[in-house]
Amino acid sequence: MSDAVLKVENLSRYFRVGGFRSHGQLHALDEVSFEVASGEIVALVGESGSGKSTIARVLAGLYKPSHGSIVFEDEMMSKQSSRAVRGKMPMVFQDPFGSINPVLRVGHSLLRTLKLHRPDVGKSDRHDEAVALVERVGLTPGADVLRRYPHELSGGQRQRLGFAQALASNPSLILADEPVSMLDVSIRVGLLNVMKGLRDRDGVSLLYITHDLASARYVANRMIVLYAGRIAEEGLTDEVIGSPEHPYTQLLMATAPDPRLPLAEIEGEKDLGEPPKVIDPGPGCRFAPRCPLAMDVCWANTPPMVRLSPTHRAACFAVKAQ
Amino acid sequence: MTLLRPLGRAARGSLTFLRRDKKAAAGSIILFVLLVITAFPNWFAPDDPAAEIYKPGVGLSFSHLLGTTSFGQDVFSQLIVGTRQSVLIALIVGFFCTVLSVGIGITAAYSGGLVDDSLSLFTDVVLVIPTFPLIIVITAYLKNASFWLIVLVLVVTGWSYGARQLRVQALSLRNRDYLLAAKARGESRWYVIGVELIPPMTSLIVANFLGAALYAVLAASALQFVGLGNINTESWGTMLYWAQNNEALATGLPLWALAPGIAIAVLGSALALLNYAFDEVSNPALRPVSSRALKKVGA
Amino acid sequence: MSKPILQVRDLKVDYMTATGPAQAVNGVSLDLAQGEFLAIVGESGCGKSTLLFAIAQLLTYPASIVGGSVTFEGVDLTSLTPEELRCHRWRDISVVMQSAMNALNPTLSIGAQLADACRAHTDWSDKRITQRSAEVLAMVSIDVVHLKSYPFQLSGGMRQRAMIAMALLLEPKLVIMDEPTSALDVVAQRSLMRQVETLRHELGFSVLFVTHDMSVVSHFSDRLAVMYAGEVVELDTTREVFDKPQHPYSQGLMDAFPSLLGAPRALTGIAGTPPTLVNPPAGCLFAPRCSFAMDVCRTTKPELITKDTRAVRCHLVNPLEPA
Repeated sequence: MSDAVLKVENLSRYFRVGGFRSHGQLHALDEVSFEVASGEIVALVGESGSGKSTIARVLAGLYKPSHGSIVFEDEMMSKQSSRAVRGKMPMVFQDPFGSINPVLRVGHSLLRTLKLHRPDVGKSDRHDEAVALVERVGLTPGADVLRRYPHELSGGQRQRLGFAQALASNPSLILADEPVSMLDVSIRVGLLNVMKGLRDRDGVSLLYITHDLASARYVANRMIVLYAGRIAEEGLTDEVIGSPEHPYTQLLMATAPDPRLPLAEIEGEKDLGEPPKVIDPGPGCRFAPRCPLAMDVCWANTPPMVRLSPTHRAACFAVKAQ
Repeated sequence: MTLLRPLGRAARGSLTFLRRDKKAAAGSIILFVLLVITAFPNWFAPDDPAAEIYKPGVGLSFSHLLGTTSFGQDVFSQLIVGTRQSVLIALIVGFFCTVLSVGIGITAAYSGGLVDDSLSLFTDVVLVIPTFPLIIVITAYLKNASFWLIVLVLVVTGWSYGARQLRVQALSLRNRDYLLAAKARGESRWYVIGVELIPPMTSLIVANFLGAALYAVLAASALQFVGLGNINTESWGTMLYWAQNNEALATGLPLWALAPGIAIAVLGSALALLNYAFDEVSNPALRPVSSRALKKVGA
Repeated sequence: MSKPILQVRDLKVDYMTATGPAQAVNGVSLDLAQGEFLAIVGESGCGKSTLLFAIAQLLTYPASIVGGSVTFEGVDLTSLTPEELRCHRWRDISVVMQSAMNALNPTLSIGAQLADACRAHTDWSDKRITQRSAEVLAMVSIDVVHLKSYPFQLSGGMRQRAMIAMALLLEPKLVIMDEPTSALDVVAQRSLMRQVETLRHELGFSVLFVTHDMSVVSHFSDRLAVMYAGEVVELDTTREVFDKPQHPYSQGLMDAFPSLLGAPRALTGIAGTPPTLVNPPAGCLFAPRCSFAMDVCRTTKPELITKDTRAVRCHLVNPLEPA
């Protein structure tokens, strides 16, 4: 593995909430730090309110970070204006029906991206390049597909198009924000294989944002579990799936429906609760209200990251360092 | 250019649509006929409308299809030549009103924040001002207002309603992922508004145009009827003015008053029919297109 | 089974399109026993939601029932007038929709909407309505104070549970659910399914559940029907379908799930797309995508043949007798 393509340090993003006069801050992201190496897929796993979509939008340049730094390909992104940052880490959106303009032909956004971000591709070559991109994600015949309108493509085809669009700027990292969540289960595998292909064949890194552990396991080299804007656990996929240490990760593993397993019994099933909206929080572990192992210290102090192995760490007082 | 393609597609879509919908078909035929008359009045008008050379007070007859006025002018010729003013006012005012509505309403919706607040405030103020009294005051002050002056007055007082409508529609589209996607790939704000936001709203904008045109026809005719327009030009409104002032209905020349009145109603109806038909199109056009609806019910 | 409460026989639903009628549901027959949980699974466009709405008599233009019958406790629902149907709605059959945010009125409180449902189908006093509303909310573990809350004040999981509470107001015998878990996170999803299971055992109602994600129902349904292009292609007890799928489409579906256990392996999903439902091709509708397709599959449509508890629609499993 070579140098980190993306280095995020202490990234925070707050949103002002409440009415005109209120000063409440929603802590969508709080002091998140992680890295993505070249040619790897990192899965960002969490439920709604975990901050995973916010990370994608900050990295894509749609929001500015409130604190922290983002270094992409050795360039400090967080100090630059949003316009300069956009397009460096292209994003694939969740909704196949909403993420493509319905009145323009499908090739339009591809050609625009080529025009804006690929000065090496001359005007006369753009069409051929667009055809090549579309065929790379499995949509053939490329020229034919480019001429179509979005409503002539199925959900799975549109999401593939989303990846082609992201590839157009020749990126080293693609942000995939729940790219398969709105697709039928039987179609998801095709897209997941496209993602694997991009990593294995083309060396493109992906930040795969999802709430589905099983698909994360299928494609990702490493996994980061987010809860309420903070990292709960991080490690190689085998480590996180094989020996989850954080109680939240364990909860996710237990509730993930897998037909091949009998239904797991969960302690305190009645009160599983919901992820909190973190407004002006104090110190203390945010998972404590739902945690079966919560101790006094969990309510009073924010748990630090505990190193379990060179690649595996979890933020929990109940976990012992190795 | 990329803008023309979705317009072309909307046009093609409209043509198939017009063929199927009887209201739209009727409206477009009438409008087409009126446009031809506007362009080539000399093909249809047998006489010079201003020439006071005929026997006054003639009723329906072969030589004068709609009779003559009390000055001896051929009513039919007046009607034909007058078409131009009314149709042109409708189209020109409609066009400029739409341009203003689109520009102000959509920019306000997309920009949000202070820009939205100030543009909306401005729109609301203009909206609240009672238009017709204002029009009368302005044109009365300007005495014998020329064509372009009437156009100006109508545009200034007519754009705000459409601006509000378009702003609301644009707001509902603003959070669609494809706009975010355009932003994420680095497009400028004006590009997003012009190429990504406006084209899906084409049907609604057309409906807006027709509404503004209808407003223009009726308001302009009313102004001319009251005598605030240039009474020496030929238009349906001025015909009504002269007919009224010469007691056409009382002196046995009903066609002089009825003909322009009916003509105004016909143009107004054509625009209203088309508008009505486009209203039905504009809602589904703002949602993702039919195959999704097909999937939803089939699923 | 002992007399089933719901019998669907050869139900056909057509959906009018610009190019002709699409056969969204093409001759589906099902039986549902009292207290049974039947899951219907398939891709988008396979007709499962249309089937559900047809059974609940909720179809509107351009979809309409063009054949078959839906018999609930001996009464053919397709032959009833809207007034007669109203008597059955909510008392006997209630519906839980896919997205609570779309199905709940955002401008009315939960209590007001529950009261609405009561008033539409009963002549209860206000006191009784409030009492019953509180009861059903308690059944789904929602604090009674939320009778005054508006939908936007509740989380996604709570809203969906409020929908279930609404469905149980009049103690129906059958609850129809259209993908109620698809908008929920995995933890909320599990809570919801557990809740439904507990209530079902307590109150004894039957459940007809439609989803595109089989794993959601895998631990809760009694029987599972797999639908493809408007037809049922496989039907058996849930465990049997998961462990031993016989139809190539079911096998493909089972294979399309990445798993949390076992060695990682490459998955391929099912290639191709579902056929057009307007003038569908002759023969088996799955044949173009089937790796086992034989010549007979392209010419003759297989029948749904039942052996013991298993029904399969496939020439491979039920070869045609030579003429």
